[in-house]
Amino acid sequence: MKLLIFRTTTIFLLPLLLLFSIFLLLRGHYLPGSGFVGGIIAAIAFILHAFAFGLKNTRKLLRMHPLALMPVGLALAVFSAILPIFQGLPVLTVLWLDEPFPVVGLIGSALLFDSGVYLVVLGVALTIIFTISETV
Amino acid sequence: MEIVLAIIVGLLYASGIYLMLRRSLVKLVIGLVLLGNGVNLLIFLLGGLVRGKPPIIPATESILGEIYADPVPQALILTAIVISFGLQAFAIVLIKRTYIVVGTDDLDEIHSTEEEDDY
Amino acid sequence: MLLAVMSGFILASIVPFSGKLLRGRWSFMTTALPGALFVYFLTLIPSIANNQVRLFSYQWVPSMGINFDFLVDGLSLLFALMITGIGTLVFLFTSAYMKGDAYLGRFYGYLSLFMGAMLGMVLSDNIFTLFVFWELTSISSFFLIGFNNESKASRKSALVALAITGLGGFFLLAAFALLGNITGTYSIREMIGSADILKAHPSYLLVMVCLFIAAFSKSAQYPLHFWLPGAMKAPTPVSTYLHSATMVKAGIYLLARFTPVLGNVPAWNHTLTIVGGFTMLYAAFHSIFKKDLKEILAYSTISALGMLVFLLGLGTSEALLAMVVYIVVHALYKASLFLITGIIDHETGTRDINKLSGLRKVMMPVSIAGLLAMISNSGIPPTFGFVGKDLIYASTLESEILALSLTTIAVVTNMLLLYAGILTGVKPFTGVLPESFKEVHLPDWRMWLPPLVLGIAGLILGLFPVFIEGGIVMPALHSMYPMAPPFHLMLWHGFNLILGLSAVTILGGLLLYFLFKPGLRHQTWMAKLYGSSPEHIALLFSRKFRVFAAVWTRLFQNGYLRIYVLMIISFLTVLLAYKSFTQVAFYINPAKISPLTSTELVVMFILIATVLYAVYTPSRLAAIAAMGVIGYCICLIYVFYSAPDLAMTQFAIDTLTVILFVLVLYRLPKYINYSSWLIRVRDGLISLIFGTLISILALEVLYEPTNKETTRFFTDNAYTLAKGKNVVNVILVDFRGMDTIVEITVLTIAAMGVFALLKLQLNKYDQEL
Repeated sequence: MKLLIFRTTTIFLLPLLLLFSIFLLLRGHYLPGSGFVGGIIAAIAFILHAFAFGLKNTRKLLRMHPLALMPVGLALAVFSAILPIFQGLPVLTVLWLDEPFPVVGLIGSALLFDSGVYLVVLGVALTIIFTISETV
Repeated sequence: MEIVLAIIVGLLYASGIYLMLRRSLVKLVIGLVLLGNGVNLLIFLLGGLVRGKPPIIPATESILGEIYADPVPQALILTAIVISFGLQAFAIVLIKRTYIVVGTDDLDEIHSTEEEDDY
Repeated sequence: MLLAVMSGFILASIVPFSGKLLRGRWSFMTTALPGALFVYFLTLIPSIANNQVRLFSYQWVPSMGINFDFLVDGLSLLFALMITGIGTLVFLFTSAYMKGDAYLGRFYGYLSLFMGAMLGMVLSDNIFTLFVFWELTSISSFFLIGFNNESKASRKSALVALAITGLGGFFLLAAFALLGNITGTYSIREMIGSADILKAHPSYLLVMVCLFIAAFSKSAQYPLHFWLPGAMKAPTPVSTYLHSATMVKAGIYLLARFTPVLGNVPAWNHTLTIVGGFTMLYAAFHSIFKKDLKEILAYSTISALGMLVFLLGLGTSEALLAMVVYIVVHALYKASLFLITGIIDHETGTRDINKLSGLRKVMMPVSIAGLLAMISNSGIPPTFGFVGKDLIYASTLESEILALSLTTIAVVTNMLLLYAGILTGVKPFTGVLPESFKEVHLPDWRMWLPPLVLGIAGLILGLFPVFIEGGIVMPALHSMYPMAPPFHLMLWHGFNLILGLSAVTILGGLLLYFLFKPGLRHQTWMAKLYGSSPEHIALLFSRKFRVFAAVWTRLFQNGYLRIYVLMIISFLTVLLAYKSFTQVAFYINPAKISPLTSTELVVMFILIATVLYAVYTPSRLAAIAAMGVIGYCICLIYVFYSAPDLAMTQFAIDTLTVILFVLVLYRLPKYINYSSWLIRVRDGLISLIFGTLISILALEVLYEPTNKETTRFFTDNAYTLAKGKNVVNVILVDFRGMDTIVEITVLTIAAMGVFALLKLQLNKYDQEL
């Protein structure tokens, strides 16, 4: 009975938490929130799912190994860092689109960078927790 | 308030170190966590305590006003928190491995003696 | 020029991998490199005639004034020619001597590395490149001396040599740093300009002493000489190369190079004269009691080096001239004698002079080379050695003080050296050939040709000294003594006192050879003397030091983690306590303290209670739970004091940490109290004192005026430059983006570490246990 309630809530919580984490990521430049927090919240969402439905199902849901998230995130961050070189600017200069984006607001390469951080943190947290709960 | 916080920082340090001085591996890691919290709090305290003024520029302004919480220690601590998670995870798994391999969590039993080396 | 110096290093990096190709008959191909270099340096001779110099400059670290400035003048060219010339012969000799050795490639690698380092050293004008090359010679000679790395004695000698020359290198660096500071330049040539300032400077003596220690350690002067006889454990080509022309001459080179900068001061001259004079007598005296050919050569080498230092100490134009000539003389005959020893050892299998005799019947060319070397060594006309010895006597006789005693020392030393020369160069070849050596035959031409070439060269230079007079000797003298008067090297000066002294030397030496036979009595006598020799004292010291180090290590590096922690914390506590009680006046400014609200008070109370609970609870799960509560309380503190980002992160991470701990620690053993209550009280006290100090310190710092410039910059520019309004986030992703990249990299590594530790089961290891 307890598990049923837990599972049902989790089904609703998972998308909500994920949405919340992305929300934190996107608004990080203007209000509290950042890739770090976003990543951890997303990780917690998946971990919750794993507790409710078992690791196998969560892995199925994720479709990819969490290890793979880390290099992708790192690559994103580094890519955003070296992007300015092609415009003749120093490394890590933030580039901005001229037009504000609907809903999110002004978008720059800082967001790309933060997304990289988000993915790395998510990957790290999931890798650690998943490996531990699988093997220990 | 600062005084109470300073005492708490001292307490976290003291308990962290006390736990690190124990022979049990588990206590060692908990001590590490407490010490880490103490350090974070110390940095936070030294940055100055300001109530209700987060370092976020109001929508209508372009720079922060005169009174605000210092963002630099906050950025430092934020990084420290995340990093210490990685550290703790690694430490804890290391302990687990050590325990499996050595069969004890008594630190005194797993200290190694290097071989005497004669050139 | 850069290529010339670097070619040794390039060859060194290729040769060891050549494998079988080199081990066969092609090994003598490596001789091409020193040969080519020798020719190259020969072509440079005209460019330095008339006392000119040539500078080759290549930038290395221009920002720190460290460049590859290669200076070709008389002195450096003299050494470069010796290094490459003798090097050619040694390389050739090696190809036969070490034929079939499994590590021949490696040996050639070390040898060319050493050659490159020596060349770089003598050619460098910049003191720091000189230092780098100097150290490289020490290191490469370590490998050469310890080449027979399976023998313990060999390893030990290599270590002793490295320790002594390494010590010298340390002092050399100190001397160079001081020199650079005083003169403001790293170029030796430019230093000559400020020689007067240097000599008047209060640190002059310090510089001099440091330089002396460096030079004496390398050139085996008393009391740092004992590594050299030990280094005889090396294969003979190494001994030849290191001890005739290169390694040990490095110290002489250093002194000669700095003579115009630091020399001509009483302290400089007298020290060198005394040390050199004592060394040459001491070592020559020792050499006649030895039985092993190589040991005799080792001590006579030390003696010859003492002679060179002695001449440098006299410092007059004649003495320096004598030194230049004697360097060449010594290089020629000593290399020859070493090679002959190598041949004898290689063919007969022994180096004991009492067993060797009559070998001329089986190896005629070698015995001729030995005779030539002996003649040059003894200073018998018409060899170059005679020219050298004449000059030595001329300079001692003209010394301003103690001319008589200095001359006597020189004569006695030369007598003893003559004796040693006869022992090594002639004795093995004369007399009756023992039965056991009937089978001995002449070795490969690659082995007997080099010593013969050297012997003939000594003869030719003696008959026609004009060959090197203008091209090398004069410029070399000039670079040490710019105001040297012109001179002519001559074999025949007519009948005078100097000739008489030469005759006395030769007669004395021959008499000694025929009358004196070292017996058992002398051996025991020498053994007694050993007790007070510097070698014995140094070894004793190093043994005691090892014992001390072992005790010390066991005391502090005892492998108990908590003892380390305890020591660090106790030390910090004492330091902090001392500072905060003696230097800081403790006060609290009530105006700066913010008031405490009731919610905060509750949170604080919970925090304190849970910390205490976490420490004292006997249950792991409770401790973990308490840890989680502590994290949430801290999270609340962040909320109270305007750090929303921190609060969110702390909350999320704390949750994850608790999950982690529960997952792992739940399967670990129960808490056990391993320590006794006494230890617990001790630890508790230490940690309490430390915690209190931290609290006090925190309050102290809080009321110090702070500099908020960095903060101001970030807050002012967060929006204008980075278009962000959450300053914390802007710092993380924009201003300090590089730090964040590194951080996520570290996180990735930690996660991979966890993954590797758990997933890649150390299966084999597990099963074994």
